[in-house]
Amino acid sequence: MDSQTGELLSWILTQDFAPKGTAGAFQEYDNKYVNVKKGSLAGLSTVLAAYKLFNYCHSYKEFKHKWPRKYH
Amino acid sequence: MNENLFASFITPMILGLPLVTLIVLFPSLLFPTSNRLVNNRFVTLQQWMLQLVSKQMMSIHNPKGQTWTLTLMSLILFIGSTNLLGLLPHSFTPTTQLSMNLGMAIPLWAGAVITGFRNKTKTSLAHFLPQGTPTPLIPMLVIIETISLFIQPMALAVRLTANITAGHLLIHLIGGATLALMSISATTALITFIILILLTILEFAVAMIQAYVFTLLVSLYLHDNT
Repeated sequence: MDSQTGELLSWILTQDFAPKGTAGAFQEYDNKYVNVKKGSLAGLSTVLAAYKLFNYCHSYKEFKHKWPRKYH
Repeated sequence: MNENLFASFITPMILGLPLVTLIVLFPSLLFPTSNRLVNNRFVTLQQWMLQLVSKQMMSIHNPKGQTWTLTLMSLILFIGSTNLLGLLPHSFTPTTQLSMNLGMAIPLWAGAVITGFRNKTKTSLAHFLPQGTPTPLIPMLVIIETISLFIQPMALAVRLTANITAGHLLIHLIGGATLALMSISATTALITFIILILLTILEFAVAMIQAYVFTLLVSLYLHDNT
């Protein structure tokens, strides 16, 4: 989380992608942003924003041709 | 436009694998469990809300009916969270699929009715005939009551599906209308935009109300039968 974008790739490769590791990643996020004394709305909102982004990427093809253009 | 309008209700697949499983499982991530006495804010808020809802909904039942508390509370949390998450743009709402709602409604209704028939057979059968009916009307009334009993799960499922689907469709349509009107007349577009805002507020309410209604009706069927 504290790494720069340039180090993001090397950070992802250090993560363990087995189910236990993925659960560990969730726990990491949880302990840092949600499971704290004064957790705020930002912890939840980031998860929802990531979900929104995922759905956007998944349905990109369907609305690619609906962009406001002069000639459809 | 017709094909595009219903495109958001197609079951999402990714590379031929069902993505819908992950989407159905996603709301469970938002309800963390905790074994501590004093929790963080998030869990405290959720526990407070859950206590409020369970007290309000399960207080009418006898101890036998209160064994259903876990089922009904999970149900209202699931439907409420799925509906609310469906209001995010481009997201898929599992409760718009009739198959899923039937899968929720029929087992719960059947469980309540069968519990009633097994434990209190005479009372359950007596529900088919309201008190004080004139004798000639009895056969017809029994038929009508049977039909109304068997329509209960269908009504539960279809009510939830239709409400959520209709809400999403309205938002799509009025949003599209606002965009189309912007180049024609800014004032009309502004009015339509205000309508859109009001509709979104309504949809938030509907999302939660539908969850409540579903669970309330199941609990009523349970109350009749325990």
